[in-house]
Amino acid sequence: MALAELRHETRPPTDASDPLHRELVAHLRGNRTQLREEWVRRIADAQLLAAMTQEEVFAEATSVYDSYVGALETSTLEALQAYAQDLSERIIPRGVETHEVVGIVLLLRDVLARSLFAKYHMDSALLTRVLDAYEPAANAIAITVAVGFVRERERVIREQQEAIRELSTPVLQVRERLLILPIIGLIDPQRARQLTEQLLRAIRANRAKVVVIDITGVAAMDANVANHLVLTVESARLLGARVVVTGLSPEIAQTLVNIGVDLGKMNTVGDLQGGIEEAERVLGYRVVPIPEPVA
Amino acid sequence: MQVPILKQGSNLIATIQSALTDADIVQLRDALVQQVGRYRSQGVIIDVTALDVMDSFATGTLQEVAQMVRLRGARTVIVGIQPDVAFAMVHMGLALEGVATSLDLEEGLEYLKQTDRPADAR
Repeated sequence: MALAELRHETRPPTDASDPLHRELVAHLRGNRTQLREEWVRRIADAQLLAAMTQEEVFAEATSVYDSYVGALETSTLEALQAYAQDLSERIIPRGVETHEVVGIVLLLRDVLARSLFAKYHMDSALLTRVLDAYEPAANAIAITVAVGFVRERERVIREQQEAIRELSTPVLQVRERLLILPIIGLIDPQRARQLTEQLLRAIRANRAKVVVIDITGVAAMDANVANHLVLTVESARLLGARVVVTGLSPEIAQTLVNIGVDLGKMNTVGDLQGGIEEAERVLGYRVVPIPEPVA
Repeated sequence: MQVPILKQGSNLIATIQSALTDADIVQLRDALVQQVGRYRSQGVIIDVTALDVMDSFATGTLQEVAQMVRLRGARTVIVGIQPDVAFAMVHMGLALEGVATSLDLEEGLEYLKQTDRPADAR
């Protein structure tokens, strides 16, 4: 939902010039100290915001309370949205979860509602009108804060995914015509594609005849990525390079067998050392120890 | 557009210089098979460095060249497939099965020189 639409749908229907509305705001302002304390107490009882210290919770509670009342007073949500964004940026790295943020906002809503009940319970018609003014605004505020938090979390996750993808996998030349591509971590289809393109360019640039792709550092592989690995081997061949895959874990070996990968297309060796030795053999190298000098 | 075919020792070298029509590819195939017989060549190199794309017809016909030429006692190597082209080809399932491939002309000649090679391209 675009922010503009969100604003439109959650705009409090009563306007700030309504005397009832102003009385409501005055009540919340006037009882600020005790209502805020009540709220902080209920947050502690519900064991929310455990990642934060008492002082921090109190400080944030104050800011949230004031922003809340400010939003009610002005019937606008911009300042609150900005505050929610700022709050989220600060508390997400602290490990605060979505249910905690939603939880504390709803608790505040309850605390304020109860105080309104306490004040106006004698006159049920008036109480109804007060609640008519209060509820839509309170709901709009709860949604704003929750959505702001979730949006920020999604943004952080997207950034992290991007960072992971950009971790460039080096293609290393260890001998003339021999390249090694050590793959570490999670491979998603996009990273797999990036790796292949990088590898093909390196084959061409280094005129490699053998490539050892080591996947010791890859914990798991789904059928998609396994197929991509096969395609990588095939495309390397089109550039005249032979691929040796090393470091398959038992789990990945199982995956490859299960999905019916044509194993004839993949040359595999147990570990990286074996892979390099095989590659050297193919290239016509032989490694011999230097003889001890005769005394 | 006719693809020039050069004779170099016991090898024939065909260098494709621009995009080919299907008819051009068929003509190249027939010319190569014919010349292998005429010159009793032992190797055929087809250089596709200049090609930006390789579709299923082109790859299919190149495979035909390799098979037909083999029947006449010669080996074929395709050289110069660009990284992007290779990537696209395998994703379309066109992996040039059974046809030897090398990085470039130099590598291709090196490949053909080796007498001690397994019969299969892989």
